[in-house]
Amino acid sequence: MSGVTIAHASSWGAALVRTSPYTFSAIGIAISIGVSVLGAAWGIYITGSSLIGAAIEAPRITSKNLISVIFCEAVAIYGVIVAIILQTKLESVPSSKMYDAESLRAGYAIFASGIIVGFANLVCGLCVGIIGSSCALSDAQNSTLFVKILVIEIFGSALGLFGVIVGIIMSAQATWPTK
Amino acid sequence: MYGFEALTFNIHGGYLEAIVRGHRAGLLTTADYNNLCQCENLDDIKMHLSATKYGSYLQNEPSPLHTTTIVEKCTLKLVDDYKHMLCQATEPMSTFLEYIRYGHMIDNVVLIVTGTLHERDVQELIEKCHPLGMFDSIATLAVAQNMRELYRLVLVDTPLAPYFSECLTSEDLDDMNIEIMRNTLYKAYLEDFYKFCQKLGGATSEIMSDLLAFEADRRAVNITINSIGTELTREDRKKLYSNFGLLYPYGHEELAICEDIDQVRGVMEKYPPYQAIFSKMSYGESQMLDKAFYEEEVRRLCLAFEQQFHYAVFFAYMRLREQEIRNLMWISECVAQNQKSRIHDSVVYMF
Repeated sequence: MSGVTIAHASSWGAALVRTSPYTFSAIGIAISIGVSVLGAAWGIYITGSSLIGAAIEAPRITSKNLISVIFCEAVAIYGVIVAIILQTKLESVPSSKMYDAESLRAGYAIFASGIIVGFANLVCGLCVGIIGSSCALSDAQNSTLFVKILVIEIFGSALGLFGVIVGIIMSAQATWPTK
Repeated sequence: MYGFEALTFNIHGGYLEAIVRGHRAGLLTTADYNNLCQCENLDDIKMHLSATKYGSYLQNEPSPLHTTTIVEKCTLKLVDDYKHMLCQATEPMSTFLEYIRYGHMIDNVVLIVTGTLHERDVQELIEKCHPLGMFDSIATLAVAQNMRELYRLVLVDTPLAPYFSECLTSEDLDDMNIEIMRNTLYKAYLEDFYKFCQKLGGATSEIMSDLLAFEADRRAVNITINSIGTELTREDRKKLYSNFGLLYPYGHEELAICEDIDQVRGVMEKYPPYQAIFSKMSYGESQMLDKAFYEEEVRRLCLAFEQQFHYAVFFAYMRLREQEIRNLMWISECVAQNQKSRIHDSVVYMF
């Protein structure tokens, strides 16, 4: 195969390099949306259960504290957006060029982009969820605390945004070899 | 894993923790207590309480009110809150909540057995029992003549059965033995609860260990002070102390040989947390000790609410409510007997 030196035809190195770049790309796209949604859902249930219980004694907190749920949801939307962007980067390549260095690079770039976005959104969703739960409970006791804790939550949700930015930059260099 | 409870606690405990924190917001504050202390009679108290969470429980009571009615209705609110939480809880929270009741069960058992010894009517005694500590066969306790029968007839079916292994004797029940039985049962209960909390791990075990250790130490001091001058031997006294807590084991050795309150004070002042308590009282004064212990307990219980995602908030809430009911009982009695100058002797303010 052109340009790629492998030690042994049946070593792990060979297995890695001979796996189709499309496999890596597809897995990357799946992880980007799957793990983001996992993070968003985890965060929503952490916030939601505390919010429901606290709202029984203090019904005024419900509408304001839905912001926490919306921040978690935004994390899932980032995952969807990046998955859509990534899948537009997938191009068909003739089979003679499928294992070129440039093809492999494109495949790995999409894979990495998917992992970056997925896991950054996972921890972001968790972070926002836990803070949202504490925010609901504190707001129920003392309504002046809400805005202050919201600032913490905004910093938390910036984590997902970092992931999205780096993921998009990674995927911008996913150029497949021309025919 | 300690530190990561936030990830999974809310699956089963999030709703109930939020509910208990809502209840905590309804506990009476210093301003409420000040209003209550200004009341002239029990109807004023009822009117002030109708603005709090107790309102719906007291509004249908006809005047003239008795202090026992106020206490009964407030206890009813505590029981309702507890039952609501218990029926929504899953394991292991439901076991944890059940443990909170066992202390009351022990008190009820001792109440009925003592009352029967003094020839009181069983029905009258059952009415005086704490509702959280009721179990089905409680009336049968009046039939038992000695501890073995007590165990065999009634207690073997209750959750208190494993605590009896230490105190099964064939002696007849009399006042001294009953007190020893109460303290032995409570010791076994506290140790069992402590082990259970250690097994739960995480923030629950850390906070509950602190609270239960304080409880164990407080009981050790009370047992010592109450048995000074009685015929309880030193070895027997030592057997009643729990084997955990700040005082275990060296403090217990020293407490077992104390013969008066100043010696107790000398022992306790070696431990910094308790030195602060004992330094509030001047020499020779022991009435303030109860109140000082209650204040320390309330301070620690309020601190339990500072952390989220653990079960100790439930324990803390139940204890704080009980303290509040004690406060209300004291205030009502002072107002009813027109001794308002003594109100501040025994009211423990929480927030």
